[in-house]
Amino acid sequence: MAHIAIADQVSDLHDPDTFITKYIWSQDHKVIAIQYGCTAIFVGLVALVLSGMMRLQLGFPDAFDFINPSAYLQFVTMHGMIMVIYLLTALLLGGFGNYLIPLMIGARDMVFPYLNMLSYWTYLLAVLVLLASFFVPGGSTGAGWTLYPPQAILQGTPGYDWGIILMLVSLAIFIVAFTMGGLNYVTTVLQARTHGMTLMRMPLTIWGIFTATVLGLLAFPALLVSAIMMLLDKTIGTSFFMPAILSMGEQLDYSGGSPILFQHLFWFFGHPEVYIVALPAFGMVSDVLAVHARKNIFGYRMMVWAIVAIGGLSFIVWAHHMYVSGMNPAFGFFFATTTLIIAVPTAIKVYNWVLTLWRGNIHLTVPMLFAIGFIFTFTHGGLTGLFLGNVVVDLPLSDTYFVVAHFHMVMGVSPVMVLFAAIYHWYPLMTGRMFNKTLGQWHFWLTFLGTYAIYLPMHYLGFLGVPRRYYAMSGTDFIPDSAQALNASITVSAIIVGVVQILFIINVIWSLRYGRKAHKNPWCATSLEWQTPDLPPKHGNWGAQLPRVYRWAYDFSVPNAKHDFIPQNFSQDEVEWLDESGRHKGIGE
Amino acid sequence: MLLAIVLVLLVVGSLVFHFMSPWWFTPLASNWGSIDSTINITFWVTGAVFIAVNIFLAYCVYRYRHQHHRRSHYEPENKKLETWLMAITTVGVAAMLAPGLIVWAKFVEVPAEAHVIEAVGQQWQWSFRLPGKDGKLGTVDTRHISASNPFGINPNDSAGLDDVLVFDSELHLPIDKPVKIELRSKDVLHNFAVSEFRVKMDLVPGLVSYLWLTPTKLGRYDILCMELCGLAHYAMRGNVVVESEADYQRWVNSQATFASSQQRVVGDAQLGKALYATCGGCHGQQGEGNRAMNAPALSGQSASYMARQLVNFKQGIRGQHPKDSYGQQMAAMANLLADQSAIDHVVAYIQSLPKPQLTATISNGDRQSGHGYFVNCGACHGSQGEGNSALNAPALVGLDDWYIKRQLLNFKQGIRGTHNKDTHGRQMMLMARLLNDEQAIDDLLTYINSL
Repeated sequence: MAHIAIADQVSDLHDPDTFITKYIWSQDHKVIAIQYGCTAIFVGLVALVLSGMMRLQLGFPDAFDFINPSAYLQFVTMHGMIMVIYLLTALLLGGFGNYLIPLMIGARDMVFPYLNMLSYWTYLLAVLVLLASFFVPGGSTGAGWTLYPPQAILQGTPGYDWGIILMLVSLAIFIVAFTMGGLNYVTTVLQARTHGMTLMRMPLTIWGIFTATVLGLLAFPALLVSAIMMLLDKTIGTSFFMPAILSMGEQLDYSGGSPILFQHLFWFFGHPEVYIVALPAFGMVSDVLAVHARKNIFGYRMMVWAIVAIGGLSFIVWAHHMYVSGMNPAFGFFFATTTLIIAVPTAIKVYNWVLTLWRGNIHLTVPMLFAIGFIFTFTHGGLTGLFLGNVVVDLPLSDTYFVVAHFHMVMGVSPVMVLFAAIYHWYPLMTGRMFNKTLGQWHFWLTFLGTYAIYLPMHYLGFLGVPRRYYAMSGTDFIPDSAQALNASITVSAIIVGVVQILFIINVIWSLRYGRKAHKNPWCATSLEWQTPDLPPKHGNWGAQLPRVYRWAYDFSVPNAKHDFIPQNFSQDEVEWLDESGRHKGIGE
Repeated sequence: MLLAIVLVLLVVGSLVFHFMSPWWFTPLASNWGSIDSTINITFWVTGAVFIAVNIFLAYCVYRYRHQHHRRSHYEPENKKLETWLMAITTVGVAAMLAPGLIVWAKFVEVPAEAHVIEAVGQQWQWSFRLPGKDGKLGTVDTRHISASNPFGINPNDSAGLDDVLVFDSELHLPIDKPVKIELRSKDVLHNFAVSEFRVKMDLVPGLVSYLWLTPTKLGRYDILCMELCGLAHYAMRGNVVVESEADYQRWVNSQATFASSQQRVVGDAQLGKALYATCGGCHGQQGEGNRAMNAPALSGQSASYMARQLVNFKQGIRGQHPKDSYGQQMAAMANLLADQSAIDHVVAYIQSLPKPQLTATISNGDRQSGHGYFVNCGACHGSQGEGNSALNAPALVGLDDWYIKRQLLNFKQGIRGTHNKDTHGRQMMLMARLLNDEQAIDDLLTYINSL
């Protein structure tokens, strides 16, 4: 099909021979994936600590000296930006995208390995610039992760000088890194699929990552231009986003710009960004569910079209983040409608995940626990999205803790549940070892129940009308003292969940060395990444011969087949049947 | 098994929490009951889906758990089932969207009989403007904004002369009359939100946004800024008082108009000199202050701050707390000043006095740590502590350190700043909380003394 000859020529691969070319300046997609993954997890842990400090202030105000209003806003901002961009986007696409795309589609590497390497090192540079902003005069920006002008670049906001400049520069560098990686993923999926790997035979993981990457390539430029425009406003005094205004009582030289223009650009990127994170997670969780339920994903074609439809719709819903932004309120009709329409394909996906479990043979392995946990948290987060998407319901809830609770359920907890599912699921593939099951189970239960204890009550603070991004809540008539008690309990849960992640880190590191050696294809999965000659796969992935694909990725429990799974690269003749006459024709045969 | 039970418990627990929660919408005080109804519909639809999906999920986890001889059912798709699910979902979504859009149409369309008021936001306070007798707000421009014209009203537009200006952060509204609130910002983004009214909207510099409502319940409600507007965002508070038409008119009539605010006479230092004689007893003949009498230096302070505090003392906004003995003393003394012009005169005289030579009494703090705190103070009070009249922030240098310390403690302990009308005092109460203990205050003052 779309297979191109070049992918098949082992001699074209740059065989690394030194430590440096093998592990540092590596062009192997697997090594780059691990580099991306480790960097993202490291910076994610920084952001986790920041969230802990925010929670300490909210739960126990006045107890901590170093958390003053400036520092608090800086924690809020850096936590949000790091988690969304530098952890989730980087780990899901740079990490899992890199690792899984070539293996799952039967390629030897990415189409442009050198570009792939550059992508990682550019990403690392973006991370370093971002972290540097903690140490510049004035500290990092405290403008909120949305970086709304005018305040982001004006006195009165923490880090309005160097902090915001470094943030914008870091974002621009990140986008360069993402573009190099993203072009690579898209081209690889379209051009380097092995013999027989038609688009409709690809695992949903690849569909999710592929669609998300396309979204990223279309959405990130909007952020790039807005970052550059804001940099110009800040440094040379242009007025893209700056109307005639005062700052601290003094007239500024700006005139004619529009703060709302920035919000449109930001959310034109920002909303697809939600799906840049969600779609790879949707894809991976589908595969984890199918493998561990020993059952094909229910309604594969519908799942593919749902991913594509969600991706397309995600570009025409952005202003639902702006219902109360002061834009022409008539836009509300359009954006509320498109936003609620997107609920339909999303709901289909939830139904199909549950229906995949229905009449299955469910193995409650650690990855499966996280995957099922995801269905619960995502259902919850998705449903609260229907409140905020419906423009009038958004009026009382916008900018309250309901919003915070909603997007953490849907964009924080849910993708993270999938990330854990995915890490546990593919850990044997990446390392050749099994993780510790007991630690993994403890990790699941404490994380799953702990996060719900954080976010369920938080929605109710939002119903009450407690505003987000407030350093202190006191001094109002309508917020009862019990809200403070609730905040304290949320903080305790958050600290527990944060600390519990140590179990995960220990498990990953300990098992690397002491974990049981994994059997080949330990989960008895059908997709190609488990069918490599070596575990973990070696450079070039496939040995002498590329695999040939005969079927879709979900031939689990095919009637009359001897085993309950048929790998994608098994031809009809290679399958062992219980009864030759009862040969079953799988999908895509 | 465990997982299935936990999933069921989570569903039941969520429902119990939902119905038992004391944290719920504030009692409605506006016409926007239709928003609450839409929320209720949304709760019914999403609640049903939440229960159905998760109970079915729990059932599957239990019923189809791994067993040795079990084999999964092989069924790649089921068009009929998928079509049905899609159809039902679409109906559910439409059931929420349709009423939502109908209510939104009402929100977008302001009733013709609505009266207009304007809420003006700046870092980090509110002020308000009402049309005068002509029923029209005068035109404004950011470029007209100055210390004497904080609203930026066009002085050449006659429609603006009778505009009623409310300089503090308390807005009054007559009950049962629809009001369109036009929103304007002088500096950055803000958001006008009153929980009890349900509606909110951003203030955006460069344009005028709006919302409308009909207040339906007498009372006093908090106005919160709900769009992050810088480091004192959380302290940008205001109030709205819903009252009878008669009370409202009385309130309107007590406010200044743009024309009257422009005509305010400047105080006369010569007339002030005589009035000052009483003050000088404690504060010193040159306004240099007297530590032994607990009287701070006056001559280093801005006129606007001085005048505001005298008014506050006089009107019982400051100096009423039983633990604020020096404040009570000042309240009594301020009553000796007959009226606003007396206050203006005495302030003018104090301005003519030489700047005081202050001796630092606090120097045992950690300057570095103090600098860390000061970042949060400097946003309003100026990076050199010089004060900023546009933000109503007094100078900190030129003020006795022991006096600042006592006031910070008063703010922290709720001795100063609790009065409803003391907008800036309330803000300082919130800000002073970041100084956890006396050491923190000493650190800060050590830093300020070094400026």
